[in-house]
Amino acid sequence: MSTKKKADSPIERLGNGLFKENPTFVLMLGMCPTLAVTTSALNGLGMGLATTAVLMMSNLIISLLRKVIPNRVRIPAFIVIIATFVTVVQFLMEAYLPDVNAALGIYIPLIVVNCIILGRAEAYAYSNPPIASFFDGLGMGLGFSLALTCIGAVRELLGAGKIFDTVVMPSSFVPINIFVLAPGAFFVLAALTALQNYIRIRMKKAGKKTHEGMGCNEDCMNCADQSCSKRFYDDKTEKKAEPKAKDAKKEEPKTKEVKKEEPKAKEVKKEEPKAKDEKKEAPKAKDEKKEEPKAKDEKKEAPKAKEVKPEEPKAEEVKQEEPKAEEVKQEEPKAEEVKPEEPKVEEVKTEEVKAEAKKEDSRPEEIKKQELTFEEIKKEALSDEVKEETQPVQEKTIRQIKEEALRKRLQEKERKGEKKDE
Amino acid sequence: MNNVKDLLILMISSSLVSNVVLSQFLGLCPFLGVSKKVKTASSMGVAVIFVITLASAVAGVIYKFLLVPLKIEYLQTIVFILVIAALVQFVEMFLKKNSPGLYQALGVYLPLITTNCAVLGVALTNVQKEYGILKGIVNGFATALGFTIAIIILAGIREKTAYNDVPESFKGMPMVLLTAGLMAIAFCGFSGLL
Repeated sequence: MSTKKKADSPIERLGNGLFKENPTFVLMLGMCPTLAVTTSALNGLGMGLATTAVLMMSNLIISLLRKVIPNRVRIPAFIVIIATFVTVVQFLMEAYLPDVNAALGIYIPLIVVNCIILGRAEAYAYSNPPIASFFDGLGMGLGFSLALTCIGAVRELLGAGKIFDTVVMPSSFVPINIFVLAPGAFFVLAALTALQNYIRIRMKKAGKKTHEGMGCNEDCMNCADQSCSKRFYDDKTEKKAEPKAKDAKKEEPKTKEVKKEEPKAKEVKKEEPKAKDEKKEAPKAKDEKKEEPKAKDEKKEAPKAKEVKPEEPKAEEVKQEEPKAEEVKQEEPKAEEVKPEEPKVEEVKTEEVKAEAKKEDSRPEEIKKQELTFEEIKKEALSDEVKEETQPVQEKTIRQIKEEALRKRLQEKERKGEKKDE
Repeated sequence: MNNVKDLLILMISSSLVSNVVLSQFLGLCPFLGVSKKVKTASSMGVAVIFVITLASAVAGVIYKFLLVPLKIEYLQTIVFILVIAALVQFVEMFLKKNSPGLYQALGVYLPLITTNCAVLGVALTNVQKEYGILKGIVNGFATALGFTIAIIILAGIREKTAYNDVPESFKGMPMVLLTAGLMAIAFCGFSGLL
């Protein structure tokens, strides 16, 4: 990465910002203003230059203060510095460019949350000398301005037949109004990203190294780079859900022990083989339910089954052990989040090779399956309310499914990790 | 009565007519990023409603009772962004401690919203259009509602079309953007509503 070099030369920085790491065309950063203000080339240019000014100054100041700002509070510090310059720029534009300011409106103060600026502060200015940082900001800003102006020009040309307010299209040209309206922005950007993808694919085929979203500093929220491997909040959610689910696992053994101590719990265990079947094929859980009424009779004799009750998701009735029941309740939703993944993992296991090659293609069926199993398990949970006596078994089987799913998912994750490392 | 009617009109106009994502392009990043599944999209939507409503209330109060009396309105951008960031952090800690259930549902999405431009955008719009505190809150809520509607619809479409056979260059983001564009055209239809 360029950030690791010693003091980059100003010209190299300018070229980098304008072409090599163009924030809009290559990095796909700061998409909100890109779409919002590019109704005309002039607006795009105005926005680009305003952003450039803020970017240069904030980069310079942050770079100067990089040894003063403690690491832990750097983001708030960056934001204050950036917000200051944004305010300055806003007032300058209000005073000297009232027309452009009126057209850009709220998007000028919103430069504060433009991820290009925070991204450069974090990725470059905080670890590089002032002059290089200043020119990095200038290059990035000019790259951004260039991109905005181009997009603005295209939209203005198609939508109004003008560029920079000068009519260029022949009079027979009928303006496609939609391009200056909101939908046009999406269409132009879609074409742009498609072009970018196309170039990337061509380059990959040619064996060249392609650019993989740099400078994103893991701020995925503000990053529209689809190909970025760090992307997707879904993953983040799952990651967070996992450790908690692990905790749930840890608690599992205890409940099993309780069951072993019970002499009458044998009846419960009798049903375990079926439970195992359920593990493998959750959809078949319905069939099992038919057999349950018998189990009911057995368990009415078993007074100790109550001890297991606190595990029920809806055990509010058991007032004595409510706190425990609450614990279980909390675990429930987490585990549910993970559950839908189960079928997917299994398929991947059986068809590892295929799945690897056609991961994307094999998914749609899985999604349906996920939904199915999810719903079925939900139904089960609901029916459990009615058949309270049979709860321990049901609960256990559900838990086993969860456990199994978790284990598989963990294995899967590890495997994926290995693949990535390769 | 007239007042209620005003608020209703405001709600419709900020949630549908000038939809925050599809016509103002605010909050585009989560709109494109978290719209893969309806489930996550709706969680995100709820979190956004929660944060934006709260943030517009707090920002309105601060503007009226702190910035205006001290005559430092020009600091609004700085103050708002810091207040919002702090608020989100605070809400997250509060929920973690006092309402684990809610934290479970929103937790992951809260920090992601801090840098969402829609939050700051709403606070600034409220000031710019000189809404009072009540109107500001209603505007915030309606804006966030519009965001939620849009993101859930997009997630629904994406779930249906994710595995369609499209040209390789159009896979992923370009398709999402095209979908969003078509949605934006549909939402243009609401402009005849008021």
